[in-house]
Amino acid sequence: MPSDAALAAPTVSAAVAATPVLRVSGLSVEYRTARGVVHALDDVSFELAPGETLGIVGESGCGKSTLARAVVRLLDPSAGTIRLGDTDITHASRRRMRAARRDLQMVLQDPAASLDPRWTVGDLLAEPLEIHGIGSRAERRARVADLLGKVGLPPEAAQRRPHEFSGGQRQRIGIARALALEPKVVVLDEPVSALDVSVQAQILNLLTDLQSTLGVSFLFIGHDLSVVEYVSDRVAVMYLGRIVELGGRDSLWRRPAHPYTRALLDAAPRIEGPAAPAGPALTGDTPSPYDLPSGCRFHTRCPIAAGVCRRLAPVMQTLSPGHHVACHFPVGGTPPSD
Amino acid sequence: MALPETVSLPPARANFRDTTVGRLLRRPSALLGLILLAGILAMAAFADIAFTGDPLDMAGMPLLRPGEDAAFPLGTDMMGRDLASGIFHGARVSLLIGGVAALVSLVIGIGIGALSGYYGGRIDRALMRVTELFQTIPPFLFTLALVAILQPSIATITAAIGITSWSGLARLVRAEVLRLRNSELAQASIILGASDARIIVRHILPNALAPVIVSASILVATAILTESSLSFLGLGDPNVVSWGGMVGAGRETIRTDPHVAAIPGVAIVIAVLALNLLGDGLNDVLSSKGERR
Amino acid sequence: MSPSVPNEPVLAVDGLSIGFQNRHGLLPAVRELSFSVKSGEMLAIVGESGCGKSLTALALLGLIPPPGRVTGGTVRLEGRDLLALDEAALRRVRGARIAMIFQEPMTALNPVLTVGEQIMEAILEHETVSRKAARERTLALLERVRIPDPERRFAEYPHRLSGGMRQRVMIAMALAGAPAVLVADEPTTALDVTIQAQILSLIDELRREQGTAVVFITHDLGVVSRYVDRVLVMYAGRKVEERDTRDLFADPLHPYTRGLIAAQPRAGAGAAGAVRERLAEIPGTVPALAAMPAGCAFAPRCPLADARCAQAVPPPRRAGSGLVACHHAGETHAL
Repeated sequence: MPSDAALAAPTVSAAVAATPVLRVSGLSVEYRTARGVVHALDDVSFELAPGETLGIVGESGCGKSTLARAVVRLLDPSAGTIRLGDTDITHASRRRMRAARRDLQMVLQDPAASLDPRWTVGDLLAEPLEIHGIGSRAERRARVADLLGKVGLPPEAAQRRPHEFSGGQRQRIGIARALALEPKVVVLDEPVSALDVSVQAQILNLLTDLQSTLGVSFLFIGHDLSVVEYVSDRVAVMYLGRIVELGGRDSLWRRPAHPYTRALLDAAPRIEGPAAPAGPALTGDTPSPYDLPSGCRFHTRCPIAAGVCRRLAPVMQTLSPGHHVACHFPVGGTPPSD
Repeated sequence: MALPETVSLPPARANFRDTTVGRLLRRPSALLGLILLAGILAMAAFADIAFTGDPLDMAGMPLLRPGEDAAFPLGTDMMGRDLASGIFHGARVSLLIGGVAALVSLVIGIGIGALSGYYGGRIDRALMRVTELFQTIPPFLFTLALVAILQPSIATITAAIGITSWSGLARLVRAEVLRLRNSELAQASIILGASDARIIVRHILPNALAPVIVSASILVATAILTESSLSFLGLGDPNVVSWGGMVGAGRETIRTDPHVAAIPGVAIVIAVLALNLLGDGLNDVLSSKGERR
Repeated sequence: MSPSVPNEPVLAVDGLSIGFQNRHGLLPAVRELSFSVKSGEMLAIVGESGCGKSLTALALLGLIPPPGRVTGGTVRLEGRDLLALDEAALRRVRGARIAMIFQEPMTALNPVLTVGEQIMEAILEHETVSRKAARERTLALLERVRIPDPERRFAEYPHRLSGGMRQRVMIAMALAGAPAVLVADEPTTALDVTIQAQILSLIDELRREQGTAVVFITHDLGVVSRYVDRVLVMYAGRKVEERDTRDLFADPLHPYTRGLIAAQPRAGAGAAGAVRERLAEIPGTVPALAAMPAGCAFAPRCPLADARCAQAVPPPRRAGSGLVACHHAGETHAL
């Protein structure tokens, strides 16, 4: 077995050393609804290095989609800051934000809903260039052909409309559109969740290939652990609006420290065949976001919760370089095979 | 690298049967509506060629029955005016007023609905109060009052109808825009950095158009009815012949010579029916289109 | 109730074909599908969207929506051919001998009736018992599916429940008639993984204790591996492989099955370190119903395909613990 230091991917350590392209700190989002205030996102912080993929994983209601939407400013944060390169975009005006979007793009989950059915694929791909006044008509057309090639679609696709394509092909179009402006950061909100396994593999490979050729950074949101782990250099696990554990994917998967991370790993369907769960299965449902538990938000379902967990919210602590956990009783250093 | 060979596209679909027009023509009721409407349009277009004189001039003996004199196939009214000529020239006025009034109402309705739905908040509340104000006043009485104040002419009648008939459309557009504004379609455009004007004009409105097109055909029909009612009450443009005015003029002889009022009456019914059939057909074709995808 | 003879399949499907009638003719969606399930056994039917797995599930209960229809074959439940029954007879069988749970319980639950009322109704539908006895049974069923505080949940409306709780209610309803076969159509696809694990182990426990045969429809190979005895893989309307679960994962024989397994990223396989292995892709997409290849439907995407595959549909052949329908079965090791 190689040592942990050797396992830490060179890409990760190099990436961490470089200036982050995206820095999110203390980000919170609240919604006011008829039933009360929802704290959808609470004090979330992370950095994204150039050429790195940070995976955000969690179950429904954990705030991962809210996080994605807040980072690209589709939602307004109630606290915290978002810095894109050297620019603070937390409260950027719509006008300033428009300029910032050249560097910050997003791929939405359902390309069938996000691609205008009336437009041809060529027009859809040229639109971002048109909006930002890039190139002449002819140059844009050439760029469209180039983009189609990058995502594995033939040039004739430019004349077709989105509904003529299969789900996987449409997601390729969505990715091409997000890459048209050559952004530094792309937020991917469950980009393969609606796809069949064989097509999902095509898209995941495409994303890895594009990242290695373009050096773009990905913030990859997903609910499927195996998918998130596959694409990510580092992974953040979220529960009820908070990051409970953040670490390099190897470190996180080999030494999950938070009981929730361990439960997620146990519950995840595994193709290797029957494997004995490492810990007790989680009981009960995720609490309502309108009525958050006191202290540690996970204590209502946690197999090892103690009195302190009900009273005090755990602060983020560093277990090893790059591996952080918010738990009063983290499983330290030992693999989850007790 | 990416795999261009993995992607095979289905053959292009340029089948006329599958286009909106093609599908519309396959519906018998919509086809009938289109044929009737084409007939009325032809009458309006050829009015000057078929009937050279002024339709308001006395042309022959008064109160000729249809078929009584070959020169006047639909007969004449109390003043000896040619009813056939009146129907042809009246088609022009009805279509002109109906079309332009509907256009005025579309512009106001789409504008207010789009701004209200897209921006929401204070703008929405203010614009919706105005819309409600227009909705609470009975539209016909409102039009009547406006025309009476402004003096009846084609221009004032058209404007009055347009100004009083947009409120329903505004609410419809607002609802559609509100739905699309929160859709991934609009969000994708925001993320690309598109301006509000671009998002509204190029992505939202074209996708909100289907119900608007349907209601536009009903708007034209309603405008034609309103104009006819105004003319019937003597508030039409006195310098032009209109179907409603002709019905009004035939009122006095309705017991002895009912054809004088009945013939323009039938013309109004056919025009309104044609537009409603077309509207229904468009509704079916446009609303089922999304499901087919 | 008919006694279930050990080793005698409780449900036997033979040569089932389902098609869609449209203006161009009949489009075959499921073709000559055969399988059987014994009491207490869990069979998974796995395939990607459009492979015909959900249609098959609906056909087992005589619920194919028009313009689809069964064009051939038999579905024998405890010896009786369900496809030969009229609607009234089918209704007596449904719920009592064969029951189904769906992906989205909200579409199957009545929003204006309380959870308890709906389960009671399901009991009273098939049995003549007093309302009091039905109520007792309902509470026992709610307890059986591990719904905490059954007395309170009894009076609750479906929309007040979480997705996992709703699926438990659906399972309780399905169990009301003590069916011999439970058809579960993607019952955990809409649920979170931790909740999914709870529901799966519940279904597993029920079939072990009550001997219910379970037909589990899913797109997710990972889901089945832990609980299922046998896996039937479908592709473009046909069975391509049917094996004992362990054998299937250890040694998939059909190139499609092999492709599906290889295309799945593995959680926890991160020990490979920095070197990210490329996922195996299955190139291309599933053929459209109207454009099925003449031979093996998988041939256009198959790395092993040759002239024979393009011409002749491979018949299912015995292979170890199961069946495989491939001209090149076993050669997948060369991949």
